[in-house]
Amino acid sequence: MIFQDIIFYTFSAILIASALGVITFRNPVYSALLLVLSFITCAGLWLLLEAEFLAIALVLVYVGAVMVLFLFVVMMLDINLDQLREGFWKWFPFGGLIALVMVGEISIVLMGKYFGLDEMPSPKPHAADYSNTKELGRLIYTEYVYAFELAAVLLLIAMVAAIALTLRHREDKKIVDPAKQVNVQKKDRLRIVSMPVEKKNS
Amino acid sequence: MSFMPPDFAPASSEIFMLIMVCVVMLADLTVGQNRRYVTYLLTQATLFGCAVLTFSSFSNEVVLTFSGMFVDDTLADTLKLMTYGTVSAVLIYSHTYIADRGMLRGEFFSLTLFATLGMMVMISASHFLTLYLGLEILSLSLYALVALRRDSVISTEAAMKFFVLGALASGFLLYGMSMIYGATGSLQVTEVAKAIQNGVNAKEVLVVGLVFIVAGISFKLSAAPFHMWAPDVYQGAPTAVTLFIGSAPKFAAFGFVMRLLIEGLEQMASDWQGMLVILAVMSMAIGNIAAIAQSNIKRMLAYSTISHMGFLLLGFISADANGYSSALFYVIAYVLMTLGTFAMIMLLCRNGFEAENISDFKGLSKRNAWYAFITLLLMFSLAGIPPMIGFYAKLAVLQAVVNAGFVWLAVVAVLFSLIGAFYYLRIIKFMYFDEPETNEPILLNNDVKILLNANGLAILVLGIFPQALMGISLYAIQNSM
Repeated sequence: MIFQDIIFYTFSAILIASALGVITFRNPVYSALLLVLSFITCAGLWLLLEAEFLAIALVLVYVGAVMVLFLFVVMMLDINLDQLREGFWKWFPFGGLIALVMVGEISIVLMGKYFGLDEMPSPKPHAADYSNTKELGRLIYTEYVYAFELAAVLLLIAMVAAIALTLRHREDKKIVDPAKQVNVQKKDRLRIVSMPVEKKNS
Repeated sequence: MSFMPPDFAPASSEIFMLIMVCVVMLADLTVGQNRRYVTYLLTQATLFGCAVLTFSSFSNEVVLTFSGMFVDDTLADTLKLMTYGTVSAVLIYSHTYIADRGMLRGEFFSLTLFATLGMMVMISASHFLTLYLGLEILSLSLYALVALRRDSVISTEAAMKFFVLGALASGFLLYGMSMIYGATGSLQVTEVAKAIQNGVNAKEVLVVGLVFIVAGISFKLSAAPFHMWAPDVYQGAPTAVTLFIGSAPKFAAFGFVMRLLIEGLEQMASDWQGMLVILAVMSMAIGNIAAIAQSNIKRMLAYSTISHMGFLLLGFISADANGYSSALFYVIAYVLMTLGTFAMIMLLCRNGFEAENISDFKGLSKRNAWYAFITLLLMFSLAGIPPMIGFYAKLAVLQAVVNAGFVWLAVVAVLFSLIGAFYYLRIIKFMYFDEPETNEPILLNNDVKILLNANGLAILVLGIFPQALMGISLYAIQNSM
C-alpha cells in the first residue's frame, strides 16, 4: 500500500504543479508542453485506478493527437500575450473567489458523509489476467450498443455541420478544374482567323 | 458470457430514420441545385415512412429494449407521430422561404432529419445516457441550422449564444445526472425510481442532483430565469429555422420532462414541485411583461414562448395523470399555434424582404382578408380567448393546478395571461385598423395554402371540440405510467 501511496502523491504533486504551470507560464509553448505533462501524470493516476484502457487512450488521443495539433496552432499563430493577459489581476479576485467556492463545493460532496470511503468503499482489485479493454469492448458492443451508435451519429452530425458551415464555393477563386483542363481541345483556345495579306508599306 | 441480441423491432422507426438520413445526404450529392426538390420529396417520404412504422407498432404495451435504454410505449408513439407531422408541416411552410434565400441546400434537410432523430431518441429514452445523447443530437443539429445563413452577422451571433448556453445547460444536466447516479447507483430511469422508492441514504445528494437537472431542463424549455438565449435565437435564426426550433422540439422537451422528472424522479415530486412553481411564475411574468416592449415580432414570439412554457410547467406541478395529460394537450395546442403564426410571418416575407416587425402586419385585412382572419384566430388562441384551442389548453392546465390545491397559482397565471393578451391583440389592431404599408399581393403555393387553412381551422375546431384530443392525451399518459 505504501508504494501505491508514494506513487499517488508523487503523481498528484506533479499534476498540480504542471497544471499551475499551464496557466502561469508566459510562453504558450511551455504551457502546451506542461499540459502534455499533466495529461501523462493523469494517465498514471488512472492506471492506479485500474482504468488501463482509459489511461492509454488519454495518452494516445490527447497527448499524441490533440496536443500536437495544439502545439502546431500555438506555433503558427502569432499571439500577442500581453494583450491576452491584460486585466488578469483585475479579474483575479473574482475568478479566485469562484474557484474557491467550487473547491469548497466539491470537497463538501466528496469529503462529506455521502461519498466518503465508508459509503463508497474502493472496489476489490481484479486478477492479473483481467482485461479492462476486453470488458469495455464487450460492454460497448452489447449492453451499450444503442448509446454507442448514437454517439457515432453525433459525430456524423458534427461533421455534416462543420462542412455545411465552412465549405464555401467562392465566386472569385482562381483554381482550375483539372478535369476541364485535361479535356481542353485545340479549338477551345485557338482561333484561326483568315486575314487578307497586306502589302508592306515601304 | 453469452449475449442475446436486442430486439430491434421497437426501434424500427429510429433505424429507418438513420438509414434514410444517410440516403438523403448521398442522394443530395447527385442531384443538382435545380433538382433540389428531389431531396425535399425524399425528406417528406422519410417522415411518412417513419410515421407508418411507428403507427404499425402502436400498442398499449410498454416495451423495453437495448438493455433497458430504449422504451416504446403509447406516450412515445403518440409524441413521435406528432413530431413527424410537425416537422413535415415545417418543411412545407418553409420550402419557398429557404429557396428564395439560397438556403435550399442538402444540409438543411439532413440536419432537420438529424434533429428529428434526436427528438425521437429523447422521446423513447429510458436511460440517462440516451436522454442526454438524444438531447445533444437535437441541439447540435439546431446550432448548425441557426448558423446556416453564415454570412449574416445576427445569425452567427445567435448560433454562438445558443451553442454556448446550450453547452452550459448540458453541463448542468450531466452534473445533476451524475449526482443522481451517485445516490441511486443506476442510470436507468425505472431503476432510479425503484432505488428512490426503496429509500436512499443520501437524500441531500439527490436533491442537489435534482436542482441541476431542473435547471438544465428549464434551459432547454427556455423557462425563466434560464430563458436568455430564446429571444436572440428566435430573432437571429432564419424564420424557417425559428419555426422549426419553436415547434417540434417542444414535443421532445415534453417527453424529456416526462421521462426524467415523472418516470424517474416522481418520488421526489414534493421537491421539484416547489422549483417548478418558481420557474412557472417567473416565466409567465418575464415572458408576458417583456413581450409588450418588443417591436420585432420574432422576439415578441420568443417571449410569448417563455410565458407559454411557464403555463406548460403548471401542468406538471399537480403531479398526477390529469395534470400531465393537460400539459400534453397544452404542448399540442402550442405547437399548432406556433406553426400557424410563423407560417404567417413567412407569408409576409418576399424575396429580398424579411417581415420582422410587428408593423409589417399593418393593414393585412385590406391586403388579404382571409389570411388576416386566420391570423386573428391564431392570436386569439395564443391569448387564450374562447373558443380557440389555446383557451381550452389553458383551462385544462388551470383545472389541474386548482385540483392540486394551488389556487393562488391559477390566479397568478390568469392575471399574467391577461397582461399577455395585450400584445396579441395589438397585432389584430394593426391588421384591421391600420393602413397597409405596401400593396404587394400575397402569393402562396397550393400546398402551403391548404396546410395554412387546415392549421387555422384546426385551432378553431379543436377549440370547440377538444374532447377527442384531450382523450388522446389522457390515453397516452395513462397507458405509459
